[in-house]
Amino acid sequence: MNFNETLKKYEPVIGIEIHAQLKTKSKAFCSDINEYGGTPNTQVSPISLGHPGTLPRFNKEVINYAVKMGIACNAKITEIMHFDRKNYFYADLPKGYQITQDKTPICTGGSIYIKDDKGNEKTIELTRIHMEEDSGKSIHDQDPFNSLIDLNRAGVPLIEIVTEPVIKSGTEAYNYVSEMRKLLRYLEICDGNMEEGSMRCDVNISIMPIGAKQFGQRVEIKNLNSIRNIQRSIEFEICRHAEILEKGEDIAQETRNFDASTGETVAMRLKESAHDYRYFPEPDLTALIVSKEYIENVKKTLPPLPNELYKKYKNELGLSDYDASNLTESKDIALYFEEMIKLTTNYKVAANWVMGNVKSYLNQTASTINSFPISPKILVDVIKLIDNNSISNSLASQKLFPELIENPDQKPLNIAEKNGWISKNDSSELESIILTVFEENPDETARFKNGEKKLTGFFMGKIMKASKGTADPKTSSKLLNQLINNEV
Amino acid sequence: MLNEDAIIIGRLNCDEFAMGSSNENSIYGPVLNPHDLTKVPGGSSGGSAAAVAEGLCLASLGSDTGGSIRQPASFCGVVGLKPSYGRVSRHGLIAYGSSFDQIGPLTNNIEDAAIIMEVIAGQDDYDSTSSNEPVPEYSNSLKSLPKSLHIAVPSEYLNSNAIDNEIKDDFINKIAQLKELGHKVKEVSFPYVDSLIPTYYVLTTAEASSNLARYDGAHYGYRSKNSKDIETTYFKTRSEGFGLEVKRRIMLGTFVLSAGYYDAYYTKALRVRRLIKDKTDELFKAHDLILLPTAPTTAFGLDEIKDPIKMYLQDIFTVHANIAGNPAISIPLGNHTNNMPFGIQLMTNKFEEEKLLACASYMMNELN
Repeated sequence: MNFNETLKKYEPVIGIEIHAQLKTKSKAFCSDINEYGGTPNTQVSPISLGHPGTLPRFNKEVINYAVKMGIACNAKITEIMHFDRKNYFYADLPKGYQITQDKTPICTGGSIYIKDDKGNEKTIELTRIHMEEDSGKSIHDQDPFNSLIDLNRAGVPLIEIVTEPVIKSGTEAYNYVSEMRKLLRYLEICDGNMEEGSMRCDVNISIMPIGAKQFGQRVEIKNLNSIRNIQRSIEFEICRHAEILEKGEDIAQETRNFDASTGETVAMRLKESAHDYRYFPEPDLTALIVSKEYIENVKKTLPPLPNELYKKYKNELGLSDYDASNLTESKDIALYFEEMIKLTTNYKVAANWVMGNVKSYLNQTASTINSFPISPKILVDVIKLIDNNSISNSLASQKLFPELIENPDQKPLNIAEKNGWISKNDSSELESIILTVFEENPDETARFKNGEKKLTGFFMGKIMKASKGTADPKTSSKLLNQLINNEV
Repeated sequence: MLNEDAIIIGRLNCDEFAMGSSNENSIYGPVLNPHDLTKVPGGSSGGSAAAVAEGLCLASLGSDTGGSIRQPASFCGVVGLKPSYGRVSRHGLIAYGSSFDQIGPLTNNIEDAAIIMEVIAGQDDYDSTSSNEPVPEYSNSLKSLPKSLHIAVPSEYLNSNAIDNEIKDDFINKIAQLKELGHKVKEVSFPYVDSLIPTYYVLTTAEASSNLARYDGAHYGYRSKNSKDIETTYFKTRSEGFGLEVKRRIMLGTFVLSAGYYDAYYTKALRVRRLIKDKTDELFKAHDLILLPTAPTTAFGLDEIKDPIKMYLQDIFTVHANIAGNPAISIPLGNHTNNMPFGIQLMTNKFEEEKLLACASYMMNELN
């Protein structure tokens, strides 16, 4: 049974857990620096090493970050909460327990919008978001005989974002994780780098016959280091489950690792022997209270969110779905565009400039918009020059734009004037250019006069060339048609 | 204390991880009771009590999770104070039962205890559970006492079968003296006496099972020479490294937190703790003090108590203050015909150490 046939018979049920490392300056329960990539075991202290006699000290910034995420997902923020201990033994867990939230997650409910397989909007409901500390890292591939432990990551704050089992396909999973990553980056609470592990995803998946009420046996997939691999692993699992069910066999409840090189998942451990984590309230930390006032204050600090901007661009500015998605992909680009549309109502042209010239410049130079030399205001000035026919679109984009990159402080108009790029819509000047073109091309002139309209392009090209691109196309075309009729 | 020019002259013996009521669970062997070398000093802070009783030092610190300061103070005839939960920072204290543990002084007299408390009490950034309640000058207010004290004596404690007859008679005699001195002593009901020890052992062992997980041989401390991989490192290190009583409590704590037993034990014990706290708060609405014995007996012989359950019952009068989080002090007012000292215990409302010390000082002076 191939993939498409499978989907005619079975319906996948998918839930995703995202662990997002928060970019706070210090760790969740001590003042160790929170930074990726330090020399192993240098960003540690007696507290993060779990030495006897040490106690956790909560970094309140973590609440701020988690509340931001909660507000952005429209979740309910818990007013009084506590931390719990999750007990298990592992070499990269120095205390023998992880401080997390079991009974009282900081956020419950909430949702975000994504696109489904057909491109329609779909709501993904969230179960909860909770705060916890990261474990250290076990390194198995550097020493042939020993596993190595790096505790720099131990105690780094995380939020875990858990969806309801409402995701129905690999594409939806891809779109969901992309959208979440965008949101985390907009809020500047997590850098969303799956390769460095600052964002990690686990997928829970089962399939059931279409229309069934009872979910199938669930499998957990781990070790997913890119959004693309999340989609691949899901598509692989859907087929694997269907094959097993078609044979009349049962799916094992287990955790599977995704192997990106083969595109397949491999059983990691059986869930039957799963841990009993013996959660209980963390006695070393007092209850946390998040007041309504606090939430209101955090709300005031939120940046515009991608979905709000997307809707605004599509519905209020009348931009296409593609343009709206493209512009909101990164917050900094969107904010640049926001500055532009304060100064011009020519939204489509502004969007084209950002998506075209600006983005390709950023790509070519591998830079970000924050270091882009041309200010939104100057770019709008360029658009205005085009709008009032002072400069042609092609000259603006091919000549003026590179010149502005070099001299971002100069007025576009001055540059254009200095270089003679200002459009010629002075009839007498254009007239003489056109007449010269007629003279130089007698054959074509004759055929054009006899009604061979397709030569318009040929003449416009000649006019542009002769005027070095400064001839205003509208005026030129009008004049061309007048003059050809006068031609003897 | 170092900042206040205290001179630290040494470390004192304690039951392993503060788990024990006789000092017999120490890797170093038990300290002997200075009043009778065939007897235990009490535990877990038995070394701290014996050192002060013998005059080896002016004062010592102990840790009290269920009576580990007060019971040895009673056995050795010294003053032992367990402060309110959160009064003294736990930073630096090796955790046993995190929501019960407190550090406190063992001294020859109340004034010394008050002076030490002034230094060690107060908020600490390194312990989130430490209270920001201001620290009064305890040593200056030892004489400030209401004319007539309202004293509660829970009848369930007095009627306990475990209590030595002579200790009980002495206790009744003290009540009579207090009444004669013009104080109002009222017998009250505290219906949870039978639940105290079970609640205490469920909750403290649960916390201990988690607190002691870090001693796994992977990062620091003892590691078994027989460990081959991560699994054997855990099994062998912990099996070889921990003593019997500690292992018993880790097993018990792991059990009460296990899926399937959690609600029957852990959740239930949390609920009973809430009831005990509420009832205790209620008693302090109408009373300045609760008066009770410190320990059911005087110091017992080395190796005399072998049954762990019987040993646990040593804490019957002391765990109340830890479960509820109240301060309590044992003062050495009793002399048994067996020539051993014993204490009487005073408890006040939370963060009323000032009143507690003043009452203790008064009773030290006025009662025989």
